[in-house]
Amino acid sequence: MAELTVKKDKRESFIQEIGLPTVIIAAFYIVVLIAALLLKLSLPVLISDTLRRFGMNGLLVLAMVPSIKSGTGPNFALPIGIVCGLLAVVCGIEFGLTGFGLLAFSSISAILISVITGYLYGKLLNAVKGAEMTIATYTGFSAVSLMSLVWLMVPFTNKKMGWLIGSGLRETIQLDAVGADGIINDLLAFERFGIKVPTGLLAVFFAFCIMMWLFFRTKTGIAIIAGGVNPNFAAASGISIDKNRIIANIISTVLAALGIILYSQSYGYIQLYSAPLNMAFPAVAAVLIGGATASRASVSNAIIGVFLFQGMLTTALPVANELFTGTDLSEIMRMIVQNGIILYALTQVRGGAK
Amino acid sequence: MSADFQSVNSISGSSFDNAVHEKLLCLKNISKDFFGNKVLNNINLEIKKGEIHALVGENGAGKSTLMNILFGMPVIHTTGGYQGSIEIDGKEVQINTPHAAMAHGIGMVHQEFMLIPGFTITENIKINREITNPNIFSKVFGRKYEYLDYKKMNADARAALDKLDMGIEEYTLVAGLPVGHMQFIEIAREIDKTGIKILVFDEPTAVLTESETQHLLAAIKRLAAQGIGIIFISHRLGEVMQISDRITILRDGEHVVTKDTKDTNTHEIAQLMVGRKLSLERKNRSKSISDDIVLKIRDLVVKMPGEEVKGFNLDVKKGEIVGIGGLAGQGKLGIANGIMGIYPAKGNVEFEGEPLELNNPKKTIKAGIAFVSEDRKGVGLLLDCSIELNTVFTSMQIHNDFLIKLGPFKLKHTRKIRSHTKKMIKDLDIRCISYTQNVGSLSGGNQQKVCLARALTQNPKLLLVSEPTRGIDVGAKKIVLDLLRKLNEEQGMTIIMTSSELAELRSICDRIAIVCDGKLEGILSPDAPDADFGLMMSGSKVNSQYGGDING
Repeated sequence: MAELTVKKDKRESFIQEIGLPTVIIAAFYIVVLIAALLLKLSLPVLISDTLRRFGMNGLLVLAMVPSIKSGTGPNFALPIGIVCGLLAVVCGIEFGLTGFGLLAFSSISAILISVITGYLYGKLLNAVKGAEMTIATYTGFSAVSLMSLVWLMVPFTNKKMGWLIGSGLRETIQLDAVGADGIINDLLAFERFGIKVPTGLLAVFFAFCIMMWLFFRTKTGIAIIAGGVNPNFAAASGISIDKNRIIANIISTVLAALGIILYSQSYGYIQLYSAPLNMAFPAVAAVLIGGATASRASVSNAIIGVFLFQGMLTTALPVANELFTGTDLSEIMRMIVQNGIILYALTQVRGGAK
Repeated sequence: MSADFQSVNSISGSSFDNAVHEKLLCLKNISKDFFGNKVLNNINLEIKKGEIHALVGENGAGKSTLMNILFGMPVIHTTGGYQGSIEIDGKEVQINTPHAAMAHGIGMVHQEFMLIPGFTITENIKINREITNPNIFSKVFGRKYEYLDYKKMNADARAALDKLDMGIEEYTLVAGLPVGHMQFIEIAREIDKTGIKILVFDEPTAVLTESETQHLLAAIKRLAAQGIGIIFISHRLGEVMQISDRITILRDGEHVVTKDTKDTNTHEIAQLMVGRKLSLERKNRSKSISDDIVLKIRDLVVKMPGEEVKGFNLDVKKGEIVGIGGLAGQGKLGIANGIMGIYPAKGNVEFEGEPLELNNPKKTIKAGIAFVSEDRKGVGLLLDCSIELNTVFTSMQIHNDFLIKLGPFKLKHTRKIRSHTKKMIKDLDIRCISYTQNVGSLSGGNQQKVCLARALTQNPKLLLVSEPTRGIDVGAKKIVLDLLRKLNEEQGMTIIMTSSELAELRSICDRIAIVCDGKLEGILSPDAPDADFGLMMSGSKVNSQYGGDING
């Protein structure tokens, strides 16, 4: 009997350590993988897809880490950074750049634009302490709507981006036309046992992970963490919490801007207008699945989370199509998992101005 | 328990019937412990009809717990209830909810006002007890939809206000009324309840001015004259002497004595209230305190809610331990918090001859002042972080210790942090599994040691410690106090220790400053008699006119 309770305690502490969402999604992922094997789906294809989607979503998920650590919660305003990145890319295309030149130009200008917007966004968050997540969500939505007008009215003339008739930019712009389709993915890419490994993509993602990890070991990084964990403590130690929150959200916004560039080149298209609206929730869900909460997160949470979430989605799609032909079940499931996990995380948020 | 009672009743027999009736409320052998920690031990209290019974004692003596039991507050019943019995009008009653307490005619006037500013006085008095008239909707949808009968409600409110001799119109909005008036509206609400027998006043004068206080005391006397039993809780011994008939003194959960007011005086009460508590040995010390003044505080005003400092002055000499004592809410905690810039402060503070910029924690820490907060969990620690981060955080951020330069970046020097933390764990005897353990999982005493470790890591010239032994067990208390003494004697560190526990201040301090009403009331030697401390803490020197009058 006693042994049983000890066992139970052990199991509970194990789940607590890893986090309930992580355990559930990991278990589900394994079930879907087994189903895929039983249905004789091509495993190398599935793994290749998983790796690609893991890499392309990685930076967007990593953008959650600084904002959560600083105490402003998951960055629901991810679309702000995303539209900065998109703006940089369409400018690059308009200037006639192609290939790596285009990516380099758009990355640098994306950083410049997103530092400014990130600063303003951080200022806004400091003015609405206690309601960051709600305000962030609507700020993100507003930014997308505002940029929809910009896409429509911007006087760009490059034929690769415009509608066939009328003015304004198209909803989706093909990147193969400007020689930027998958060029980071294909950097040093190789194939082994039928599995395509997008080396460049993964390398970029992991490089940013390492930089992030290092950043949170610096004096500023540690001060940001302390401000997020206990603002009163940090203030009593003479730390300017508002400044740190701004820094963290600048970093988050910059990562979102760079993240969308990395995402788009892998995807092969850039998507304008309402597409960025739906980018924040999967990223938030992924980091939460990785074991983060609304008030604490780490780089490893982002890596594990994006792998599990994207892996599960990539595998579940063909499995669901095989099992329930002609339905859109996997998309429904994606919405349930994504929104369910966000809902779960929000119920775990303890009251107060955290 | 009830069987016991019957036997007591049958023994007392009919000859006592009259006397029993005279006793409005009787608390018998009340004991209460919170998870094995005894806070009340065998308390007996009886209130007669029309009597004003004062309940006095230091903070933590058990007054609030006793009143919580009387009110059937959930905090009592969720922690295992209490032992003993409560009798009202000679009948034993069970009070398990505040609602039951009200039904038995017990009312309470709170220290904080529970009033709705946007409502009129009548509405506030009658809230949730409105007088209503039925209408067509209420017949369909139920009583909640009846009209309010303002005429009757106003008449009731008027009557209650008249009882208190309040001339104010009952239809005035509460918002903007002076504090004194709000207190009276609270009382009016209680006496408007039908069948009120016992009224408890929990420090009603704490927020009132002198004239308002006199007005209130007169009103309380009028209420008592109408046959209501009054329990009056106050720290101001002057008032207690002025209006009470009998006084019960509690100390550390023990019932010290119940006395008729006419047989005692402020001096005696103060002495009984403070008493000698756990005998913390005071060692003879051989050290020299220089005459250099290291910290000079002039007209310090700190806006710390509940602990406001209103013009505090003190000189601290190099190498001494100065204690700051006083009752809760008098502002003793505000002093250190103000100096450290945690709450907005004004005034002149000089540290080592240089003026100290207030409201700037960074500069204060840089100057060499370290602080151990009384709010360990709220301000003192990063509960979700490791012992090592907690230990080195402030030094790293302010003094740039424990960092490696890597180009433009400053990274944490993990090896140095580890070895320093290990040393601290050993020196302070912090009981933990490892230096990476979260401080949230440590016991209170060990958390306090981590707070001290962080302060000591800053190598401070002056250490401010607030309530260093709050919420930690006796063994850990001794270790913490010994540590402070050791730091003072061996390293010559100047220490200002703020504490509600007089015994611990007296055990290690060289001088003890007593704060009352946000100001310095006086400085005592640790060997001064108990009565001096008691009188000074209750500010009786200022208010002595009341006590003096009654004693003649």
